Amino acid sequence: MITENPHDSHGPDKGLMRWVFTTNHKDIGTLYLWFSFLMFLTGGVMALIIRSELFQPGLQLVQPEFFIQMTTMHGLIMVFGAVMPAFVGLANCLIPMMVGAPDMAMPRMNNFSFWILPFAFGLLLSSLFMEGGAPNFGWTFYAPLSTDFGPPSTTFFIFAVHMMGISSIMGSINIIVTILNLRAPGMTLMKMPLFVWTWLITAYLLIAVMPVLAGVVTMMLMDIHFNTAFFSAGGGGDPVLFQHIFWFFGHPEVYIMILPAFGIVSAIIPTFARKRLFGYESMVYATASIAFLSFIVWAHHMFTVGIPIAGELYFMYATMLIAVPTGVKVFNWVATMWQGSMTFETPMLFAIAFVVLFSIGGFSGLMLSIVPADFQYHDTYFVVAHFHYVLVPGSVFSVMAAVYYWLPKWTGNMYDEALGKTHFWLSFIGINITFFPQHFVGLAGMPRRIPDYPLQFADFNMVSSCGAFLFGFSQLLFLFIIIKTIRGGEKATEQVWEGAHGLEWTIPSPAPYHTFTTPPSDLNEAHG
Amino acid sequence: MTDNAKTVARLLSTAVFMFAFGFLLVPLYDVLCAVTGFNGKTAGQYVPEKTTEIDKDRWVTVQFITNNNAGMPFEFRPKQRSMRVHPGEINTTEFYIRNPVARTITAQAVPSVSPFHAAAYLHKTECFCFEQQQLVEGEALDMPLRFIVDSELPADVTTLTLSYTLFNISQEALAVAR
Repeated sequence: MITENPHDSHGPDKGLMRWVFTTNHKDIGTLYLWFSFLMFLTGGVMALIIRSELFQPGLQLVQPEFFIQMTTMHGLIMVFGAVMPAFVGLANCLIPMMVGAPDMAMPRMNNFSFWILPFAFGLLLSSLFMEGGAPNFGWTFYAPLSTDFGPPSTTFFIFAVHMMGISSIMGSINIIVTILNLRAPGMTLMKMPLFVWTWLITAYLLIAVMPVLAGVVTMMLMDIHFNTAFFSAGGGGDPVLFQHIFWFFGHPEVYIMILPAFGIVSAIIPTFARKRLFGYESMVYATASIAFLSFIVWAHHMFTVGIPIAGELYFMYATMLIAVPTGVKVFNWVATMWQGSMTFETPMLFAIAFVVLFSIGGFSGLMLSIVPADFQYHDTYFVVAHFHYVLVPGSVFSVMAAVYYWLPKWTGNMYDEALGKTHFWLSFIGINITFFPQHFVGLAGMPRRIPDYPLQFADFNMVSSCGAFLFGFSQLLFLFIIIKTIRGGEKATEQVWEGAHGLEWTIPSPAPYHTFTTPPSDLNEAHG
Repeated sequence: MTDNAKTVARLLSTAVFMFAFGFLLVPLYDVLCAVTGFNGKTAGQYVPEKTTEIDKDRWVTVQFITNNNAGMPFEFRPKQRSMRVHPGEINTTEFYIRNPVARTITAQAVPSVSPFHAAAYLHKTECFCFEQQQLVEGEALDMPLRFIVDSELPADVTTLTLSYTLFNISQEALAVAR
């Protein structure tokens, strides 16, 4: 065993430059998490502008041109700026500790992949102040809306997407190399915690589809500036081709935003049920199956563009098939809780809410997969309700659960349980008031992305807007709780949670700046 | 090479391959559409290999539809709304376009056939859609279309609809759209 390690003698550098030059996985994870929280608030402000305008029918606050810029930017920022960097941040903080590695495999590239992001989003947000305004074609930027009819700032949007893509690809390469090459001796793949497994699969998805996204925006760039006609029918191209390429990226992308959440929940539920995870191996295989299926179902986003009946049927059945591995996961989580000695600390509350509300989003997804029904639901608020149910109480709740669960390990202090539970209940109530009524207005025919609507949708929209403000402002409490925990609080033990399994719980709290400079030896309880 | 470098090289080449794959989807999509007739896409100029048997017992109605895309001011209409034809015979019809505005405009017609699964059975031996039309102010043109309905057209198809959308592909049109 090595006892002399030069790095043990010093902690992080002092001052601001520590954060600019850092190659430490915990520092970079922290940067990612704070950045994603900042983007979460930015995108949240845009959501509140949208909900304020929709509080009543008629145009009160903003013009339609600005409204559609808000829906576009809200989507782009939440997807690429909030959810994805939050998961990458968690991966950075946790994966080296979970597999018993001293750091990420390529620390300097890690630094670079984070520091691209503020510039990418600076570029994207700066388009709000450009002539012609920000991108106004929805986060899916369908051609020809984005090519022939987009504002001049579309070019900046394209470069911002290129930069986000480079960042994601570098981050994913780093995560895969860390998991494949830096595991502690004796840690076989099937001993890894499920969070590591889900991230390994997610990283492969990212490497497979982020380049396709880069390709499609490059084609847009060429159509706009170099007179090509990839998506222009007049020049021999096809606008429907855009949708195929976009959703070939887009569908795996939605699983990129949920698979790490599955991993988080699979860590938290066993801890607070005080049982081992039910069906660990089936969880791994289910994750892999979902990842595979995500590549062969993309056209269910475009049932109404005119696909031959055989194509519609194939994409319908293939989409429904995804419910099977997802059902396996939900079953395993419930079976883990079954007859467990459950306690309901804040992370567990968020995790259980995840299981319930994500399932609701899954069921509305199943409804949307039915071709004849989808012709009714397409582009209505029902779709908005569906994907917000899987993304907000799905992905976002899982990130919050993860922050509460691992915060004592990161800071060495326990968070305030009463405040945490308050935050949970405000968020839980707020989110359901916001998005549940949107199912009803959607089924009644209210379209997406409109600033004004007929009178019959007024009541549900008002309810929805009230819920949005409750949820939005509750997040300031979340910020307060995190800052309070960083500054002090009851000291956390090494174990933190009585029923927790995993290597991260064998090191002191707060986790030292450098961990596992010598690999751990006891790997029997590496996963939950 | 170390283990890490090997893994990185493998993953990076996957990323590069997928970037290329995105572009490869463009020709793949064209091939798929041409083979299956997805989107009602018709093939290019057809050269009859042999004189085909004319199926005198069967009648097929071919309807013609014209549309102008946004920013296209031309008058554009078929001279005949529909024709009753026998599979295998060569038919000729004409389309009329006129430029009513005070500037020169270049037009491109893009065809589409409905029902989709019949698209592969409508062969065009001569079509104005194979080239572009540049018209000065007030200029009018009768544009020919010669086509054959394949005698192997599925039995359930009794009516084919051939739709043309006319695009303004002058540079000014794009500038106006923006």
